[in-house]
Amino acid sequence: MSTELKTVEGITKESTQAMIDEVLELYPEKGKKKRAAHLAPNDQASGSACVKSNKKTVPGVMSARGCAYAGAKGVVWGPIRDMVHVSHGPVGCGWYSWGTRRNLMSGITGVNSFPMQFTSDFQEKDVVYGGDKKLATLLQEAKDLFPLAKGISVLSECPVGLIGDDINQVAKVAAKELDIPVIPCNCEGFRGVSQSLGHHISNDTIRDYIIETREFPEPIGPYDIALIGEYNIGGDAWSTKPLLEECGFNVKAVWTGDGEMDRIAATHQVKLNVIHCYRSMNYMCKVMEEKYGIPWIELNFFGPTKIRESLRKLAELFDDNIKAKVEAVIAKYDPQMQAIIDEYKPRLDGKKVMLYVGGLRPRHTINAYEDLGMTCVGSGYEFAHTDDYDRTASEMPDATVVYDDASEIEMEHFAHILKPDLIGSGIKEKYLFQKMAIPFRQMHSWDYSGPYHGYKGFPIFARDIDMAVNSPTWKLVEAPF
Amino acid sequence: MANNLGLTVKPVTETPESEVKRVAAWINTEEYKEKNFARQALVINPAHACQPLGAELAAHGFEGSLPFVHGSQGCASYYRSTLNRHFREPAPAVSDAMTEDGAVFGGQNNLHEGLENSYKLYKPKMISVFTSCMPEIIGDDLTAFIKNARLKGFVPEDLPIPYANTPSFNGSHIHGYDAMLLAILQTLTNGKKVEGRCTGKLNLLPGFDANTGNIREYKRILEAFGIPYTVLADISDVFDSPNDGTYRPYPGGTKLEDAADSVNGKVTLALGTYSTAKTYGWLKDNYSGKHASIPMPFGIAKTDAFLLKLSELTGKPIPAALKEERGRAVDLMTDAHQYIHGKKFAVYGDPDYLLGLVSFLLEVGAKPTHVLCSKGTKKLEKELQALLDSSPFGKEGKVYINKDLWHLRSLVMTEPVDAIIGDTHGKFAARDAKVPLFRFGFPIFDRVNLHREPLIGYQGVMNMMATICNKFIDVTDETCDERHFEMMR
Repeated sequence: MSTELKTVEGITKESTQAMIDEVLELYPEKGKKKRAAHLAPNDQASGSACVKSNKKTVPGVMSARGCAYAGAKGVVWGPIRDMVHVSHGPVGCGWYSWGTRRNLMSGITGVNSFPMQFTSDFQEKDVVYGGDKKLATLLQEAKDLFPLAKGISVLSECPVGLIGDDINQVAKVAAKELDIPVIPCNCEGFRGVSQSLGHHISNDTIRDYIIETREFPEPIGPYDIALIGEYNIGGDAWSTKPLLEECGFNVKAVWTGDGEMDRIAATHQVKLNVIHCYRSMNYMCKVMEEKYGIPWIELNFFGPTKIRESLRKLAELFDDNIKAKVEAVIAKYDPQMQAIIDEYKPRLDGKKVMLYVGGLRPRHTINAYEDLGMTCVGSGYEFAHTDDYDRTASEMPDATVVYDDASEIEMEHFAHILKPDLIGSGIKEKYLFQKMAIPFRQMHSWDYSGPYHGYKGFPIFARDIDMAVNSPTWKLVEAPF
Repeated sequence: MANNLGLTVKPVTETPESEVKRVAAWINTEEYKEKNFARQALVINPAHACQPLGAELAAHGFEGSLPFVHGSQGCASYYRSTLNRHFREPAPAVSDAMTEDGAVFGGQNNLHEGLENSYKLYKPKMISVFTSCMPEIIGDDLTAFIKNARLKGFVPEDLPIPYANTPSFNGSHIHGYDAMLLAILQTLTNGKKVEGRCTGKLNLLPGFDANTGNIREYKRILEAFGIPYTVLADISDVFDSPNDGTYRPYPGGTKLEDAADSVNGKVTLALGTYSTAKTYGWLKDNYSGKHASIPMPFGIAKTDAFLLKLSELTGKPIPAALKEERGRAVDLMTDAHQYIHGKKFAVYGDPDYLLGLVSFLLEVGAKPTHVLCSKGTKKLEKELQALLDSSPFGKEGKVYINKDLWHLRSLVMTEPVDAIIGDTHGKFAARDAKVPLFRFGFPIFDRVNLHREPLIGYQGVMNMMATICNKFIDVTDETCDERHFEMMR
């Protein structure tokens, strides 16, 4: 890793702190005190977190955060394509998270792939009398109507935990009767402070109910790996999985993008876990390391520099056969990527980007922008922990602003001062900044584009960033009269 | 015995291609439909959301009103992103971020801190509070909490803070809209009724309608009549704001003083008898002047009824310009009827939309065949049935209440139609049935600008006619063989 200090002209620790102090002045005393710990200038050399994180959201601020259910349904469980995922509780949660993450799936919908909204649609009487009976009935109905489903997950919404239903018992009985795995996931939205606990709870349920329940019929080979924390947003896994295969690996399972339950359940047999989204899946990597001795490695598939670095880091763990293949892959794609850089960099060089995303991309995409000549002038996460911020410090230029669980007013203020040429964040932020005539890309959903991962993704990423920054439409915002 | 379910370890298996093919064919059969309709507990692809989403829409419709979710911040994020995606506009709203400890101690501290912060940060003229599941289950007392917030000085004494209980395990987004609208009007009009005073205005309640074009269309019609009006709640400028380089968190909405004075209105007209039921029920006993509640003006007949009602209530004649507009809409219908006559439609949506769309289809000679509402009542069922019975084109139609879009899929696969009318969520059934989907509903996540295109009134008739007929003509052009690919259609 480079130890060279990256700086941005005009940005010093003092200027960043002054900007932070200004925005904190907008808060009442108590709110100011709480938020102060979550905003700080980056200390690149330290390589460690400069902000507090994973704390309760301050009430009354416009936070972008979701809940534990969102982390469980939307992130970890939802992408497993051959399971029925039941949103257990009132109709809303499942409806809002239906098709809104872009974790694409293979298969035939309703036959062997289930990107649908299954819910117990709780009514008043279910809240009063409990929903366990209803759950038992609906599990049977799901099995009858979707006989090729490999399993069913039951994802609890708030009321279920509050009224004291025992979904674990219902699931246990149903699993026996239906002869398929029925996974109870107690991921009620009120648990924890963000999506993050939902990831953790889901990892735990995979540990308790899934892993080691299947075995690959074929013998295990030296290059058998699993790709963890790849959710196939806009087809990302359809870029990264073939790339790893081209490098000589057998990708036995993807967690969980376009994922298959059986393969996830047999992952305890692989030789190495390759993790992309550390925040949402590090827990199971650690479990598999402790329980089965499977090592794991964090990679970054955004932009040619990081891809190259990652593939070499990966090859280091393997023999000359893999090393040779990896070098051949790099040699094959580097010129293609250079051509992309040559095309777009002249139009993007020196442009500034501010990021605010979930738990990975605020650090993982920084270098991809740098590949295009851009500079990151601010970054932060909705639901990261200290270990994520530790990993962020060295990626971001020194003294640039880091914000944790940023509120809209903070983002707005920073954007006013920093005047970025692009903001990469989510749907709730998109239109606010576009009204300010700041180009914007949704960096959760790739703004209905993608993939952005791997060599297949970078040309699309570069095209999209250029399109956003250099669209002639921005010039029309100011009327001539 | 590897796990605590006691399941034995099995080999990783791939479903055989033949099995996939068999099931893929099976889910399109009559047999599957029966099984599907026998469902008692499992709901699949419902076409409705929960109450607080509607509450947020109503809350956005007033000037300087900050929607405030008493509950988990995840709920607020879900509602906001739904509105962002549909309108492609900002939807600023806050929550008081209740977590596990709220379940133990109640949500008062969160609410108080939330009110203090949001008031200072976002400078609202009104904070409109509504609830998600958690406080509803634990039974938070909003009346007391908000009173205490004022006593303790977290918010000024005179800041309006309407609040509505909007449990997600009851009703749908239209009921949350109604509850929030009612709470806002009750709060703002409290003590504002002045004996003998009349604003001379008409209060128009558009109901739950996420089409800013419709709201603008109502205003245009009222202006054509020369009727001074107050729209309760006016989301048109809020979710259709210009891009001029400045972000405004409150770009429009009904002025609070106009809403307050609406209690002294000359006339109050509610459109959408289902999504304004509670509000109308209250205001007809409390508002001055004349009141009426009529269906949304979809199609010619219902628009006629709307204009006649406006004329009757205000004593003003129907403007010649609108009569001409009617003539133009009818001209299009007669010109284009051949492209839609006899075509079968599956239609689903919110009750008020559904009633309007079915009557529009009947009056152009189309056949509403499957009419489905995933959250409705017996009353709605009767009303829809009566509508179908009123026309020879409704004879084959059947009404399905509290059925979802997986039921709809079975219907369109076993009893085919020519098109589906609904919202974005219908695109899967439409693709499987290989028919077009017309997005005359909420939400629309996958097409641009449709929320600006009015569907009500004569203009709406023209928009729907043109959209439907041109799409059918496109289908003909795209699917016909070379010999039948003609210059004229």
